[in-house]
Amino acid sequence: MAEEFVNVEINGKPVKARKGEMIIRVTDANGSYVPRFCYHEKLAVAANCRMCLVEVEKAPKPMPACATPVAEGMKIFTDSPRAIGAQRAVMEFLLINHPLDCPICDQGGECELQDLAVGFGRDISRFTERKRTVLDENLGPLIATDMTRCIQCTRCIRFTEEIAGNQELGMIGRGEQEKVRTYIESTVNHELSGNVIDLCPVGALVSKPYRFTARAWEMTSVPLVSPHDGTGSNLFGHVLRGRLMRVVPRENEAINEIWIADRDRFSYEGVYSEERLERPMIRQASGEWVETDWETALARAAEGLRGRGAELGVLASPSATLEELYLAGRIARGLGSGNIDSRLRQRDFRDQGADPAYPNLGMRIADIDSLHGLLIVGANLRREAPILAHRVRKAARHGAKVALLNPAVFRYYFPVAAYVESAPAAQVADLAAILRAAAEAAGATIPPHLSQVTAAARIGEQHRAAAAALASGDKRAIWLGALALRHPCFADLRALAAALAQVTGASLGVLAEGANAAGAHLAGAVPHREAGGKPVSTAGLSAADMLARPLAAYLLLGGIEPWIDSPGSDAARTLGQAQLVVAVTPFASETLRKFAHVLLPAGTFAETSGTYVNLEGVWQSQTGAAASVGESRPGWKVLRVLGNLTGLAGFDYQSSEDVCAELATLVGAPTAYSAPAYSGAHDVGQQGGTQTAQTVVDIPMYQIDALVRRAPSLQRTREGRTAAVTY
Amino acid sequence: MSNDTETQAAGPRAGATTPLSEHTRREIDHWMAKFPPGRQRSACIAALRAAQEQNHGFLTPELMDAVAAYLELPPIQVYEVAAFYSMFETHPCGRHHVSICTNISCMLNGGEDLVAHAERRLGIRLNESTPDGRIFLKREEECLAACTGAPMMMVDHVFHEHLTPEKLDRILDELK
Amino acid sequence: MPISPDKMNLVVFEPLKLERSWELATYRKIGGYEVWEKILGEKPPREQIIDAVKASGLRGRGGAAFPTGTKWSFMPRNSPAQKYLVCNSDESEPGTCHDRDILRYNPHALIEGLAIAAYATNSTVAYNYIRGEFLGEPVPRFEAALQEAYDAGLLGKNVRDTGIDFDIHTFVGAGAYICGEETALLESLEGKPGKPRFKPPFPANFGVYGQPTTINNTLSFATVPTILRKGPQWFAALGPANSGGTVIYSISGHVEKPGNFELPLGIPFKDLLELAGGVRAGRRLKAVIPGGSSVPVVPGEVMLKTNFDYDSLKAIGSAVGTAAIIVMDETTCMVRVLERISRFYMSESCGQCTPCREGTGWMNRLLKRVLAGQARREELSLLVDVANRIEGHTICALGDAAAWPVQSFMKHFRHEFEYMIDHGGRSIVADQLGARAA
Repeated sequence: MAEEFVNVEINGKPVKARKGEMIIRVTDANGSYVPRFCYHEKLAVAANCRMCLVEVEKAPKPMPACATPVAEGMKIFTDSPRAIGAQRAVMEFLLINHPLDCPICDQGGECELQDLAVGFGRDISRFTERKRTVLDENLGPLIATDMTRCIQCTRCIRFTEEIAGNQELGMIGRGEQEKVRTYIESTVNHELSGNVIDLCPVGALVSKPYRFTARAWEMTSVPLVSPHDGTGSNLFGHVLRGRLMRVVPRENEAINEIWIADRDRFSYEGVYSEERLERPMIRQASGEWVETDWETALARAAEGLRGRGAELGVLASPSATLEELYLAGRIARGLGSGNIDSRLRQRDFRDQGADPAYPNLGMRIADIDSLHGLLIVGANLRREAPILAHRVRKAARHGAKVALLNPAVFRYYFPVAAYVESAPAAQVADLAAILRAAAEAAGATIPPHLSQVTAAARIGEQHRAAAAALASGDKRAIWLGALALRHPCFADLRALAAALAQVTGASLGVLAEGANAAGAHLAGAVPHREAGGKPVSTAGLSAADMLARPLAAYLLLGGIEPWIDSPGSDAARTLGQAQLVVAVTPFASETLRKFAHVLLPAGTFAETSGTYVNLEGVWQSQTGAAASVGESRPGWKVLRVLGNLTGLAGFDYQSSEDVCAELATLVGAPTAYSAPAYSGAHDVGQQGGTQTAQTVVDIPMYQIDALVRRAPSLQRTREGRTAAVTY
Repeated sequence: MSNDTETQAAGPRAGATTPLSEHTRREIDHWMAKFPPGRQRSACIAALRAAQEQNHGFLTPELMDAVAAYLELPPIQVYEVAAFYSMFETHPCGRHHVSICTNISCMLNGGEDLVAHAERRLGIRLNESTPDGRIFLKREEECLAACTGAPMMMVDHVFHEHLTPEKLDRILDELK
Repeated sequence: MPISPDKMNLVVFEPLKLERSWELATYRKIGGYEVWEKILGEKPPREQIIDAVKASGLRGRGGAAFPTGTKWSFMPRNSPAQKYLVCNSDESEPGTCHDRDILRYNPHALIEGLAIAAYATNSTVAYNYIRGEFLGEPVPRFEAALQEAYDAGLLGKNVRDTGIDFDIHTFVGAGAYICGEETALLESLEGKPGKPRFKPPFPANFGVYGQPTTINNTLSFATVPTILRKGPQWFAALGPANSGGTVIYSISGHVEKPGNFELPLGIPFKDLLELAGGVRAGRRLKAVIPGGSSVPVVPGEVMLKTNFDYDSLKAIGSAVGTAAIIVMDETTCMVRVLERISRFYMSESCGQCTPCREGTGWMNRLLKRVLAGQARREELSLLVDVANRIEGHTICALGDAAAWPVQSFMKHFRHEFEYMIDHGGRSIVADQLGARAA
């Protein structure tokens, strides 16, 4: 449908606008600012604050710019005496009951009310009655409230209803007594809840961990990338005298829009954990740990790692930077070992040879919103990738048919087209049933490597519904989530999903864990790929193998704690039997001290420059935001020196950009967006893999990596107090 | 097992454990039938009225949660409704709601004197209940639309018009 | 001049002269359901009915006085969407109490009116939103009448094999003045707090559940059957130009015989006052609020010279509103009355719009201080200024309704407020009456 345009005038200036568009969008687009509080472009129009009243020729009253559609010939005045009069009137009403506590309010300096009051308020209040006070409510460990400051704009309420999807906040009461409340003093639990802090135009909802610690104007703002999941959410770190004080979203419509997960917002607390390793340490023969200088520790580590050959194992965090992962791979292979992995929770590597160049979503993140059909296999998506879950919800709200195959019913706040609840041992058969249902519906043939398992499949109503979801519209996708990746028959599930994608014309995505799983594959931090993503002739040991049987020496990178990060493995025992364990890590837990020999303090994501490749394949680089804690150094610098000291050539990088550029050359810069695809024909046999114990662990959102595990406020949330579940 | 334990939507007609009585649930069903499928939120006001009646005059968080579960709504949406409408009481109060109108027509005809009279007689102030839980003297700000019968009051759902102090006493005395 | 009895009870109150006026059989005696049955039999073009209602000059009796036929014509009646009719029986404008009597004494007129409107707008479902306080008597009366109509085959699916579907459901509110505002009512009907929606979109395009909806007041709907039965010209000719037909005057306050009187528009106020027995105890008339508490107050001497119709009331700065006439005699303290009115609007403000939420409380507190003798004269100007800053700045008309009484009381009775401020909270009325008695 062709868009219709109308001619309107803003303050006498003729402009074209889309017919039916709200005035405020037209004035914004044309540089005529209209003050507003309740209006927010990501939320439904409320038109209740009345701040954006403007004059429209021939209208008997001033009109709210946020809720008045433009029409042909409309003459809009945003700064006429009538418009300004209305705006000033509203401003006075907003201020009469607003406390004058700006000097002690966290919002001071970044407060929309404060800013506009300067322009539209009066210098002396005519209001001599008592000001209203409103009791605060405890919304939990993340959001502090000062409800007396609330101006009832309802942005937070609309956020919980429209974006989060489970209305947790409401307006209780009426008239001047109405208050934003949960009513029964319950905590706000949604994984995106912290966004209400940004949405609140005043200081009614503020960050609890950050409260009273800094003023907005004292801090510098540094771009960062989220180190927790493959979305690659864009962040700003706010830094005061070298210390990261808080994290807020950095707008990127193509990735996280203006939102971030609570995990991204509050994990920075872990940067200053009491367990931070501040100086290099060496365990003496007596077992006693002593602090030492960098030279001594690095020499000891280099000496111990050298000459181990295939007896060296390198385990890297999938959330480490691309540069760190690349250098780790170079060290491992340079020292003669192909044993390097970052897939800490994967258990089935049978078909890894058919992996695409890097694990990916199979589509662009921004295109999720416009999907028509989606099947998600094995994902607790709100936990794994909150922003992607939000986009899926958007798609579902626009009518997309979303089907799920999971070991349990996870709650989504959108209509679900089909939910196949399937125990891990039944998942191969259930996915085969969906494949067969889809093939039958499409009249397609099933490839021979899957014919046995599909022939045995019994098709039920939910399988058919899931298959039907993948026949909706023309934009369809299948995703395998972390619960599929952790499944002992991941290879079977992927082969079936790939065939299903082919039959239905859907794209296939794998939501690999960590913020840089894609980067790890490109950097050669997996045993079957070398730097540049090229297959190796003989794959080294997988993480699971390295943790099952002890090697002589281990290098642990990026704060991983395999005894937690690889549930179900025998990591603690295996590592305990090694002759040497060197950890390049921000944290030194009691457990790590039990079996490590050299601890080299590395910076967290906040203190290092580096690059993350998200599941769309987007490379995002950041500079460090915070000053290094103690004597710690960015991981890539530690590895560079380690490379030099182990006698490897070509470790003379001057900057992380040098490292990145070298890898980029190996990878070859893509010219246009393309998602590398799975190309295997893995024979699933009759009923899938042969592993005996078919179980899958669902790890809570705030247990997923070492940093979030050390963020106290996240740990105090309900999700933080939740235990992992084995299905 | 779900990782979410929100109290929301314990499931349709979670009959086994709901504090809503059989009678209340039938009443809610009656109202739900008036609305198109998926529009059961429209029955929220009627459901709260039934729940309040079941509980002899006021709503508790448990009852509101039960209504939310029964109608498959987020509880906050039910609290919002309960807090917005003046005929719902969300704090314990007496079982007979006595609302003496003091809006303009009744005020012109002595409505405020009647309130003062009732306060003296019952020994309570507006917005309070008698210690025996018999009478809740409701603060009524809204006009009750019987202005030609001023002064008037509503006792539970019954209108009494052309009141005099004597008539008021008689009506109050008859409330059990 | 006494009002001629042949002008009384010509429309909605017509069956009130009969026993058990609320029953179907009674309603039939005055020709009830003849129009509806004729429509069922002949299925006339829908525009024909809309045109007739337009020609009658009927204007919305809920207060806004929008021409009813025109409103009906806004419905996208040929759209395949589910269309709704909503009746506003949330009668709550202070001083107004005639819808209650329609529900109690002639519910069938409303039902037939709804059926005709449903046909005209091609709607198949109607909700009658009745205020919660009417649960005791008006609701059961209406429900019983509804049952009679269903039993008589006048409503339901495929009524009398005509292919016409029409169902009416009763909805009962729970106490909120604001739900008398049509979009707040729609929100309430959807089970939410009654917070008015901004317009556009208008209910004709986006009403209940986002579907096309026509919403009218009880009296407006109940008037329609008689209009069609006796003819739009007959109805229009009852009143003066631009004020066709009848209304139900609810006369309350300081009169000897308060009551609801159905009469044509255009009656001289002094005749209406006489009909209500005159000012009580032979006192002097001081002021009149002619159309429910939100319309501007009019000094008694002005009102006595005015005919009760849209144009005449507009000419003296007030409005017909709901035709709820509140009469105040010389003993009335205007400060107290205004404080009471402002308290009402403060507590009934839904709270969503800033000017109304904050301004209604500000005005009331100011007035309370005047009553307590703790205000300054210049604060009266502030009071008016606050009212002016609310007016026209809110989503719905409650803000205006809160402002108009303040503006009009201050315009006509400012001296009473000044006197009270100057005399430490003593009312001019008490002082003057006391002086006169002494």
